[in-house]
Amino acid sequence: MPEENKGPDSVLPQPEGAKAPAEVPTLSKSPADSTAGADAVKAAPTAEAKPTEVAKSASPAKPVAPAAAAPKPPAAPAKPAGPVPEPWESELVTQLRRQYGSGIEEALRYLGQTYLIVDQSILPEILRRMHDDEGFDYCVDITAVHYPKREQQFDIVYVLYSFPKNERTRVKTKIKDGDHVTSAVAIWETANWLEREVFDMFGIVFDGHPGLKRILLPDEWKGHPLRKDYDILLQDREWVQINLGIESGQ
Amino acid sequence: MSQPIDTSYLDLDTKDETFLDSTEMVLNMGPQHPSTHGVLRVILKLDGERVLGTECVIGYLHRGVEKIGENRTYTMFNPYVDRMDYVAAVSNGLGYCETVEKLLSAEAPPRAQYIRVIMTELCRISSHQVWLGTHALDIGAITPLFYAFRDREEILKIFEKYCGARLTTHAFRIGGCIYETYDGFEQDIRKFCAFFLPKLDEYEELLTTNRIWVTRTKGVGILNPEDCIALGVTGPVLRASGVKWDLRKAQPYECYKDFDFEIPTGVNGDTYDRYLVRIAEMRQSVRILQQAVEAIPAGPIMAKVPKVIKPPVGEVYHSIEAPKGELGYFIVSDGSTQPYRVRVRPPSFVNLQALDKMVRGLLVADVVAVIGTLDIVLGEVDR
Repeated sequence: MPEENKGPDSVLPQPEGAKAPAEVPTLSKSPADSTAGADAVKAAPTAEAKPTEVAKSASPAKPVAPAAAAPKPPAAPAKPAGPVPEPWESELVTQLRRQYGSGIEEALRYLGQTYLIVDQSILPEILRRMHDDEGFDYCVDITAVHYPKREQQFDIVYVLYSFPKNERTRVKTKIKDGDHVTSAVAIWETANWLEREVFDMFGIVFDGHPGLKRILLPDEWKGHPLRKDYDILLQDREWVQINLGIESGQ
Repeated sequence: MSQPIDTSYLDLDTKDETFLDSTEMVLNMGPQHPSTHGVLRVILKLDGERVLGTECVIGYLHRGVEKIGENRTYTMFNPYVDRMDYVAAVSNGLGYCETVEKLLSAEAPPRAQYIRVIMTELCRISSHQVWLGTHALDIGAITPLFYAFRDREEILKIFEKYCGARLTTHAFRIGGCIYETYDGFEQDIRKFCAFFLPKLDEYEELLTTNRIWVTRTKGVGILNPEDCIALGVTGPVLRASGVKWDLRKAQPYECYKDFDFEIPTGVNGDTYDRYLVRIAEMRQSVRILQQAVEAIPAGPIMAKVPKVIKPPVGEVYHSIEAPKGELGYFIVSDGSTQPYRVRVRPPSFVNLQALDKMVRGLLVADVVAVIGTLDIVLGEVDR
C-alpha cells in the first residue's frame, strides 16, 4: 500500500492527527532546519514521538506512514539535479561579446529561458541596445534579488519581451550595496514605477529617475523589507505608533 | 496623515493652452472614494474641471506578499496568491503553479490542463463581470451591476461545487489539480454556456448603443499602441488599442493551443473600445469553454511531483494571460523547500501607471471612467 503514494494525494489520508500537526510548525518555525534535509529532521522526531501513542490507539498501519515518508525525500533532491544552465549561443550574444568583451559576463539558457549577466558599467548601453536595435520594446518587469553573503549583494533583473520577435529574455547585473544604477525610464516609461518599487523594497538608487521615492510603503518608513536581513516580523514600530496610534507597534 | 501633498514630482509646467490661466487646485480623490475600487488615492491637479496631472498614492493594501513567499514553503505560499487579484483568484493560482512546475520541469497531465483551462476561463468571465458591473455603476448605470452579479453567481456556484470556495478558491496544486470534477460538472458548464450567451446580449442591449454610455466612454482615456507598449500595458487595455497580443496565443501555456478562439481587438484605444473588447473576450471564453468541456480527456489529474517540493537551484520567469493582463512570476530557487525570492509581476500595478497619461486634459468625471476601464484590483496593485 505505501508504494501507491501518488504525491500530495496520499499525504492527507495518512497523517490524520499523527503527522500533519507536527509537520507544519517545523516548516514555518525555522527555515534553516527545513532547508538542510528538512525531511529527515522532520520525520525523525515525529516518528519517535507520535507513533507510540498512535500505535496503541489506532490501526497498526499508522507507524508505517512516517517510515514510508522518510525514504521518499532523498529521491526528490536527486531528481532536481537534472537541469543545469547551458551556454546561450546566438547571433546577438556573439555580437555583444565581440563589442563588449568581458563586459558580458555570462549568457545562459535555463529551462528554455535565456538571460545575460552583464557588467554594471555597460548596463545602460546594453539596455538601450536591446530596446533600439534588438526589438525588445516591452520591459515586462524590473526586480532585484538580495544575496547578503556575496560581495556584490544585489542582482538587478530586467525581464524584456520583444513584440516583433515574440521572444523573452532577461538582462541581469550584479551590484554592491550602496551602488547606484542608471535608470531605464528614458528607455521604457514603464520602468518608472517598477524602479520605485525596487527602491522601496531594496533601497537601490536609480540615477536619473524622475521621481525616485517609495511607492508601496509610506514615505517616512525606515528599512527595506525585501532585503534578507529584514526579518518578516520586523517593522517600523515608530512609524506605526506615530501614525496609526498602536502602542505596541504590532 | 495630513502632511502637505508633494506635487513637485509632477510635470505641471506644460499648461493647457486652450484655457485661461487660473488658479490651480489640488484635489484629493480617495482612498475612500467608491469609484476607486478599493483604496486608491489619486491626487489631481486641476484647472477648473480639467485635469492637469495626477499622482497615484498606492500601498494602502500592502501586505508584503513577496516577503511572505520567501518565508513559506512552495506549497504553503499557494493560497496566498489568491489574495492578490481576489476577483480572479483562479488565474493567480494557475500562474503560480505553472511557474513552480516549470522550475520542477514537471507538467500537469492533460486532464488537469483541461480542468485548469475551464476554471480559468470561467474566472475570466467572472472577473470581467465584476469589471462591467462596477465600471457601469461608476458611470451612472446601475442596472448592469445587478445583471452582472446575478449571472456571476452561476460561476461562483460551479467554483463552490468544484473546490468548496467561491472567491479565493485555491483550486489548483503544484503539479495539477487536487480535486476531480464533481458529478455533473460537464453539464453545469454546458448549461452555463447556454445560459450566459443570451445574458451577454442583454448586457450589450443595455450599454452598447446607450447614448449616455457612448457619450461617456467614446474618446475618453485614449491610449495609442506605442504608449501602451512603452508603458508596459497589457491585457484588454493593450488589445483595445489595436495590438493583437494575447499570451494564450503568443506563448501558449496549458492546452490553449487545442482551442479555436480569436483575440478581439479595438481600433481607437478608448474606454468604449475597451468595453467592446472585454465583452468580446467573454464570448471567446465561452467558445473555449464549449470546446474544452467536450474534450476533457480521461486520466490522472496530478503529475508525479515530490511530496516535499524542492526545485533545483535556478530561476524562472513565467507569465500567463490573466483577465487583467500579463501576470508573471519570477521565482528564484536555492534548492530548499522555500523560494529564495518570489516576484509577482502584477498586471494591475503596471496598467495603473498609464492612468496619468490617459486622464490629462480630461474632466474629473472622466477620471472615474478611466479608473474603471483600467480594471484594477488594489489587492494586486499593492500586494
